[in-house]
Formats: sequence, C-alpha cells, structure tokens
Amino acid sequence: MNEAPKKYMNPYLAGFFLGFVLLTTIYVTGRGLGASGAIKSFVVQTVETLAPAHAATTDYYISQKENNPGGPLKSWLVFEVIGVVIGAFLSAVIANRVSVKIEKGPGVRNGVRIAGAVFGGALFGFGSQLARGCTSGAALSGMAVMSFGGIITMMSIFGMAYAIAWFFRKLWINKTN
Amino acid sequence: MGPLVPDIISNEFNFIIAIIVGMGFGFALEQAGFGSTRKLVGLFYGYDFTVLKVFFTAGVTAMVGITALNHLQLLDVDIIFINPTFLWAAIIGGVIMGAGFIIGGFCPGTSVVAAASGKIDGWAFVFGAGLGIFAFVESYPLVKDLMVAENLGYLLVFEMMGISREAFALMMIFVATGAFIGVTFIENKVNNRTTQWLKKDISKYSIAVGLAVITVLLTIITPSRGELMNKRIDAKLAAGECKPQMMADDKLAYELMNQYYLYNVVDVRSPEEFKKFHIPTAINIPLEELHKHDNINRIVQNIKTNVFYGASYEQAQRACLVSKYHGKADNYALNSTADQFQQNFFMLGDEQPKNKMDHETYVFRKEAAQKLIEIGEAVANLDKPVVKKTKRVQGGCS
Repeated sequence: MNEAPKKYMNPYLAGFFLGFVLLTTIYVTGRGLGASGAIKSFVVQTVETLAPAHAATTDYYISQKENNPGGPLKSWLVFEVIGVVIGAFLSAVIANRVSVKIEKGPGVRNGVRIAGAVFGGALFGFGSQLARGCTSGAALSGMAVMSFGGIITMMSIFGMAYAIAWFFRKLWINKTN
Repeated sequence: MGPLVPDIISNEFNFIIAIIVGMGFGFALEQAGFGSTRKLVGLFYGYDFTVLKVFFTAGVTAMVGITALNHLQLLDVDIIFINPTFLWAAIIGGVIMGAGFIIGGFCPGTSVVAAASGKIDGWAFVFGAGLGIFAFVESYPLVKDLMVAENLGYLLVFEMMGISREAFALMMIFVATGAFIGVTFIENKVNNRTTQWLKKDISKYSIAVGLAVITVLLTIITPSRGELMNKRIDAKLAAGECKPQMMADDKLAYELMNQYYLYNVVDVRSPEEFKKFHIPTAINIPLEELHKHDNINRIVQNIKTNVFYGASYEQAQRACLVSKYHGKADNYALNSTADQFQQNFFMLGDEQPKNKMDHETYVFRKEAAQKLIEIGEAVANLDKPVVKKTKRVQGGCS
C-alpha cells in the first residue's frame, strides 16, 4: 500500500481492450454491455422485499415479475456487474489504486461532493430508464451495433454535459472565469 | 455462427459468461482511469480527454469487428440486440443523464468501478442512481406515454443515412482519428504543454488506424459467402457440368402417393406464389433464402430425398446445386414447373381422352390429385419440419 499508484493504461490500448470485450460479448451472447439495468434489478428487489404489498399492486413491478420469473436479481446484467466489481477491484489492486477516499474538484467540501454525487446519480438513474440504457448500454453498445437510438442518446448525454459544464465549473476546476 | 447463446451456450451458462465479460469490462474501465471522477469530467473542461479516446476506440473496435464477423457470416446481425429507437425518450433521457454526468461526476458503469476501488463518491453515485431509478419506477404511469412516443423500431444509423454498414464503419474510423488528433491539441493547450509528435507514436498509431481501415476495405472488396456460392454455381452452370437428377411429375406424384415420407418436397418460389398453389406436402423456402443457416438445416438431412421445384426449371436446378454445395447429395429437380404440375394434376377437364395411353395417364392423374390432397391435409400438421424461430436477443440496460 505504500507504493505509488501506477500510471493508467494508454487510453487507446484500454479502448481497444474494452472494444474487444464488447465485441466478444456481442458475439457470444448477442447483446451488449450495461450497468444501470443491474441497479434497477436491485431497486426492484429491494421494493419487493420491503414493501411486498406495494409491489404486488403496481403495474411496473408486476410486469417486471412476469419478465423475470426467477426474481429480479437473476438477470444477466446483475451477474455482469458482479464481474465489473471483481474486475475493477483486481485492476485497482494491481495498480495500487485501492483507497477509501472521496475524490473531488479543488476546494470542494466533502458534503457538497457527496450531495452532488447522489443528486447526479439520481438524474442519471432516472434518465437511463427513460432512454432504455446508460452510457454503457445505450451509448457504447448502441454505437457498436450502429443503433440510431443509441447514437442519439450518446450525443444527448455528452451534448448536455458540455452545454452546462460552465455552470458547474466550481465543482471541478478552480477557475473563476 | 454467432451469437453462441442460446444454441451453443445455454442460457444458464450465460450467467457465468456475464461474470467473465463483466470482469473484462471492469478491468478495462479501471485501467483506463474511469474510476477517477476528475479524469472523467476532464472531458468537459478540456484538461483530460481520456473518456473520448477510450470510448471512441472501443466503439470503433467493436463496430469494425461486428462488420467483419457479419461479412464472414460468423455473426448474425439480424438477431443481435439492437437498441430500439424511441426518439423523444432517447433525447430527453440523454439530456437528463448529461446533467447527471456533470453534477455527479460519473455514469453508472464508472461509478461501480469507482466504488469497487474504494471511492466513497462512487458509492454515493450508485446510491443516487438507485434513488433515481426508484423515482422513475414510481412515476412510470406519468412518463409511460413519453417512453413509447416516436417509435422508430430497430433503426440502424447507416440505413437512416442511406449508406452501407461498411461505409459507415469506415467513416467512423476517420471521424475518430480526426477527433483524437483534435483533442490532443486542445488537451495540451489547456494544460500548457507543447504538442509534439514523436515519430515512434505516429507510426504506431498509423499502423493501428491502417489495420482498421484495411479490415473494413477487405469486407467491401471480398465477396461474402453467399456471393461466393452463387459465383461458383454460376460458373458450373455456364460450363454445363453437373446436371442435377431429374424427376418427372408423374413419378413424383406416384412416389408421394406411396411413400411421401421419403421425400422432402421444397417449393423455392416466393411465399405468395406458394400460398396460391403448391404441391401437397411441399415446404416453402424461397431460392434467395435457401443458403441461409436455418434453411440449410432443413434441406441437408439424412432421412429424406430433396425434390425441388419452382416457377421455372432453372430455379429447381439452381436449388439443387445450392443443396449440393452445402453437402446434400440426394437431390432431384422436378421436370416441370409449379404451374405445369397444377395444370397436369389439378386442372383436368371432365372430358376423357380417347387414346388409350393418354386415358390411363388421365385416370392416374385424377386419382393422384385426389390422393395427394388427402395426404397433404393429413400430414399438414404432423410432418412439417419444425421451423426453428430465431428470435432477436433481448438485451439493453432497462
């Protein structure tokens, strides 16, 4: 743990590796990668456990149950995200990057950063359900299979982020202009 | 023949595959630096374009790979998951996610990576994403209409632009390369570094881009397997060799009456023509689709002899050659066309010919027509080969 973190991989090499993983996934399973769907599975499972009466009477949970007879957690994306956690942890261990900390822009208080992360996460979660996928499932996988919708979603995500980046600059960079 | 799930790899084992590819996914993201929120948002402030470089390289790599696998007919692009396009949901959802990106500093995949390497802000983002999804689910009745508005179906971007898959892949390679050069300038300017192009790097990246371009060009230049098959069959036809075995219509009628179960009668005309009239017990596989994977399985089998017929003798002959090309030796081409068969058997007048031989034929055909219809009805539901329905893979993030 005393060693300094190693350098990140060359971005193009990492991109090639990621593209290769994506291609393998599509070749083997016929579907792309994803992330937000797994979080949804956890949400549905949580609601079904904590408020079974509510889940039994709301259409959305009922249709979820019909589509996943084995329970919400027995879904491909849940297993994939378990793999992501393992893979990311291994990579971080190899590169000496495991540390419990809060990463934030210069001069930002911890509370602000955490509140931002929760709120940003909430927006991302909501949007990902509306667009039927997030940066992984809609933008990246959609681009690989040349889906029009996937590419539109990708352009909307990055376009919006650029459009409002200036307003949130104090969260990330220490400049006032 | 991909995708391997569910025919070669079972749906249960697919969960193991999910963990394995997930590990690769997580490893790649962490190595690229996507567990670091400052590296991610660098994209939007110009100090670090890693996200764009990784994202574009990955997308183009997979895109080129799919194009090549499709060309080699190793991957069936008609059944892999294509994100359906619901225009308004895609745009509005994307805009909301874009805001989430700049405020939260992650996207769902990268937040999981950050959480796995111990970042508390990563955990906070995952928790927030859960809240957002919960809010969505609870407000689903309100957004339901927006969700399904402007449904354009499984629309592909190159179809939309009116160009080929290969041309689009080629275009994306050049767009990505241009973007990489552009952002390198911006990145260095923002960080007050001078941009220098090392000879070593230039040659290294040129080779990578060149390989991608060559791969796509090869798929454009070289014929696909289907084209190659047609070319070889054309050459054989032109050379006049390999005439298929012929079967007369009376012979076929006789065989079907007595042992229909030994024959796989294949109508290679269009489904519309097939619907109007077809020889009883026949199955329909249009000639243009005969060489497809699923159809080959229906004609290359050990039990039955294939008898092909079509709107012309040439169609039947060609179908025979396609079948032979894929390894089935036992083929016949019907000597007459579908229309002739219909004339000869099912449209006989009541006037009986005087000539004795013609009279015998007439009686036989009358009987045969009756019997064939009976057999056809009897086996209609029993004897048809089970058509395997290849369904589009369900996927996506929602």
